[in-house]
Amino acid sequence: MKRFHYLFKDRLALLSVFIITSTLAAGVFAPWIAPNDPEEVHMELRFASASWEYLLGNDHLGRCVLSRLIYGIRPSVLWVLVTLAISLGIGTIIGFISGYFKGKIDALLMRVCDIALSFPGYVMTLAIIGVLGVGLENILLAFVLMKWAWFARIIRTSVMQYSNAEYIKFSKALGVGSFRIMWKHIVPVSLPDIAVTSSSAFSSMILQLSGFSFLGLGVQAPQAEWGMMLNEARQVMFSRPELMLAPGITTIIFVSAVNFFTDALQVALDPKLMSVTKKKQGKGIYQAANLHGKA
Amino acid sequence: MLVVDRVNMSYRKGGMFSREKQQVLKNISFQYEQGECLGIIGESGCGKSTLGRLLMGIEKPERGTILLKGEDIGRKSARKGRISAVFQDYTSSINPYFTVEQAVMESLNMKTSSRKFNQSKVDHLLQHVGLEPSCRYKYPHELSGGQIQRVCIARAIATESPCILLDEAISSLDGSVQMQVLQLLKKLKENDKLGYIFITHDIKAAAFICDRVMIMRSGQVEEIVNIEHLNNVQSPYARKMLQMIIN
Repeated sequence: MKRFHYLFKDRLALLSVFIITSTLAAGVFAPWIAPNDPEEVHMELRFASASWEYLLGNDHLGRCVLSRLIYGIRPSVLWVLVTLAISLGIGTIIGFISGYFKGKIDALLMRVCDIALSFPGYVMTLAIIGVLGVGLENILLAFVLMKWAWFARIIRTSVMQYSNAEYIKFSKALGVGSFRIMWKHIVPVSLPDIAVTSSSAFSSMILQLSGFSFLGLGVQAPQAEWGMMLNEARQVMFSRPELMLAPGITTIIFVSAVNFFTDALQVALDPKLMSVTKKKQGKGIYQAANLHGKA
Repeated sequence: MLVVDRVNMSYRKGGMFSREKQQVLKNISFQYEQGECLGIIGESGCGKSTLGRLLMGIEKPERGTILLKGEDIGRKSARKGRISAVFQDYTSSINPYFTVEQAVMESLNMKTSSRKFNQSKVDHLLQHVGLEPSCRYKYPHELSGGQIQRVCIARAIATESPCILLDEAISSLDGSVQMQVLQLLKKLKENDKLGYIFITHDIKAAAFICDRVMIMRSGQVEEIVNIEHLNNVQSPYARKMLQMIIN
């Protein structure tokens, strides 16, 4: 984990980290940051354009778009993050156990995963909403139930690939404990794989949640959520496109930031990918030294 | 010190529910004395590497016992500080995310966890195997095959275990580097009183370094012979193998 400082040499990564952290902070501290109450209706301000009081204008009920956008971070990003953490946690534990110990326990766990994966994701989510009712928490529950097996599968493959390596054999021969080997050797090596899969899952979960809210199955009015804001702006798509652009662009920017961040993370954590930049720096010093010698 | 008694090993062939098995090792028995160098020679697929994995305690034999100083080698406490290993494939023998220092530290930490003391030992160990101390901050992909193999040897001797298992440790290196590593191993053996179990298919290399060789053929011990008597081996298979090398 000593390699994290390499991350901050990459400007794009730095920008992505800035976008992600400021979005998360804005979501957590929404009541202090949002300029207005997101659910306060001002019928006289319907579709008003941007003003100093309402920086991004007002929607079809005269509510402040900027405030709704900020409050919308909570379901769209924060809750998705929690869901991701839970399903990734389950998937990681199962993936590590079956990838490392192999044999019967692996066969058993993977058959359970196969069963979980044999349900089509969207249909399953709709079924859970049908049984438990419409609402954010039910969609998130469906996400956890559907995603863990997928994570477990991918992480197992990654762990299995590394657990046959000879450095693992060496540690085993020395008598190092299994959990220590996993923690010291396999976790760092498979972390880039885990990061990339979880980031793509994160993006797709945000988009899926927005999709379900767009369909009216997720977050319920009047609560703010990015997908629902898109849905509400749909009727005025051509006359007032900015109402649609605001949540749309926010979603795109945030999802891209997450993707760029994990790509950069992968490069920063892997010494092989990093060495190119390091060598360049080394060359610079060498040349400088040479010049000095000539003078 | 290491007693192998009637060891059998087989692997399941085919799928999960298949009962068909392939016998890899049949009735292997031998003894290894502390400080000696025992070569295990045989063709590819004769079960050398499987035997190696059993001797390291990574896998358990199906039948028979392997005792290290009277204790079952499958137990971690029995192996700790008593056996160590160097492998064939230098591309995966050091964790690509570890620097040389971290790799050597791993086995040093098995002995004592005093960080400072261990860090000072790393330089000494690297010098001992003929590497420059500046290597300690390098990653494995920045080193050559011979250098990595030297790091692996440094890592193996760092445990101070009396027995090191070398599983085809020089086979992936090219000629001159093979010789350098062999000479290093011989020097370490004489100076530090180390013992090796040297698994190889290369009889010349085995003849160079070993005190005794065990010739294996399709999972069985064909013959165990002292190196000075290598010329008058008894079994026809061993004779044929030697003949082919001499010609």
